[in-house]
Amino acid sequence: MSAAAPISIVAYGVGNIASVANMLRHVGADVALASTPDEVRAARKLVLPGVGAFDYGMERLARAGLREPLDEAVLERRTPVLGICLGMQLMCRSSEEGRARGLGWVEADVHRFDVADDATLKVPHMGWNVVQVRREDGLLAAAEEGQRFYFVHSYHVQCDEAGDVVATARHGQTFVAAFRRSNIHGVQFHPEKSHRYGMSVLRRYAALPC
Amino acid sequence: MLRPRIIPSLLLKGDGLVKTRRFRDPKYVGDPINAIRIFNEKEVDELVVLDIEASRRGQEPPYDLIGQLAGECFMPLCYGGGVRTADQARRLFDLGVEKVAIQTAALDDIGLLGRVAEQAGSQAVVASIDVKTDWLGRRRLYASARGAFHDLPWQRYLQRVQDAGAGEILLTAVDRDGEMTGLDLALVREAVALSRVPLIASGGARGLDDIAAALRCGAAAVAAGALFVYHGPHRAVLITYPEPERIDRALSALA
Repeated sequence: MSAAAPISIVAYGVGNIASVANMLRHVGADVALASTPDEVRAARKLVLPGVGAFDYGMERLARAGLREPLDEAVLERRTPVLGICLGMQLMCRSSEEGRARGLGWVEADVHRFDVADDATLKVPHMGWNVVQVRREDGLLAAAEEGQRFYFVHSYHVQCDEAGDVVATARHGQTFVAAFRRSNIHGVQFHPEKSHRYGMSVLRRYAALPC
Repeated sequence: MLRPRIIPSLLLKGDGLVKTRRFRDPKYVGDPINAIRIFNEKEVDELVVLDIEASRRGQEPPYDLIGQLAGECFMPLCYGGGVRTADQARRLFDLGVEKVAIQTAALDDIGLLGRVAEQAGSQAVVASIDVKTDWLGRRRLYASARGAFHDLPWQRYLQRVQDAGAGEILLTAVDRDGEMTGLDLALVREAVALSRVPLIASGGARGLDDIAAALRCGAAAVAAGALFVYHGPHRAVLITYPEPERIDRALSALA
């Protein structure tokens, strides 16, 4: 696998880069960190991780000077990118969590979970949940039933285009657990903390051509 | 639907893992890295690792060891022990830890929970609450690092940690720790009624039936130590975790 291009994890001071790097290495990928505009420009394949608040994430991307290089890489050069958790949400247009504009790469918005009708449901949606794969895609095997992943989030993605939705999960309502629009992949769960199901997602991402 | 979590809770003393009874008599049960590798294979839901000496001795978390553990861990990892500042918590997150559990420092300065939550989100902040019965049989808040009761009623403290920014509560019945006599379900029930964040019930689990009983009381998760490190009546050391099918069967009645 080391013949494949290294995967550059965007390091912008938001979230758990160590876990993502550990797991990517475990599945045989070469890992680099991209914390400067030049490192983003040089990347052949990107991971946009992230944990925390939407506005803070956008602010950190801007402050690191990574907005433009990321737009160029993802929208013009079509560099594959995988957004994880907040990283996926930042790829959307906006979030009810904040006022900042998102990256807007995918026609989708981020909404707060509404669980007022059910006292047994808590926010954040935290723990292991099973996803329903809606379409066979690069990262998730449609045939495999009962794939479970670790989630931690209070807001969730809704896509305009049903065709972008790769997998959904339920927490009071159905939400997008994974999407893809051409080279842009997003997963709401944490593949780096989801045992063999997560390893499979990362292994498939590492194996994607770029 | 979220699956309820079943969480091995491992105690660190120096570089080794120990298991206590009622928070006393730590017995060596093995090497933490080895234990985590076994738990990886068993695909456990999550892990809690608590350093039982750090706060008592006023030490910082053992960062090197925690970094090694986090690097091995294919599931979410919660670390507790000796965390006194938001910077220390940040350092732990940078090592690959998902959540920090805080007890001793929060009893002195509850604002710490909010300062960590501001940086990392409340989902990363676990308030650890120990409850012990006193000689009159009353359940009271226990400051485990000092080995003494705390004046505040535990119910009040449980509400305060949520207001302060904790995203989860690890509630341990000290009298049940390591005893394998079942969880304190009355305590769990009362705590759940006061919680708007997920509650991890801990102390006393001897099998999946006990775990299911605590989940039925409304706990989001159950943590257990002895159950996953001991085997048989003579407490032979054996790192185990039930197979997914057994868990599914035991928890199916909950749905």
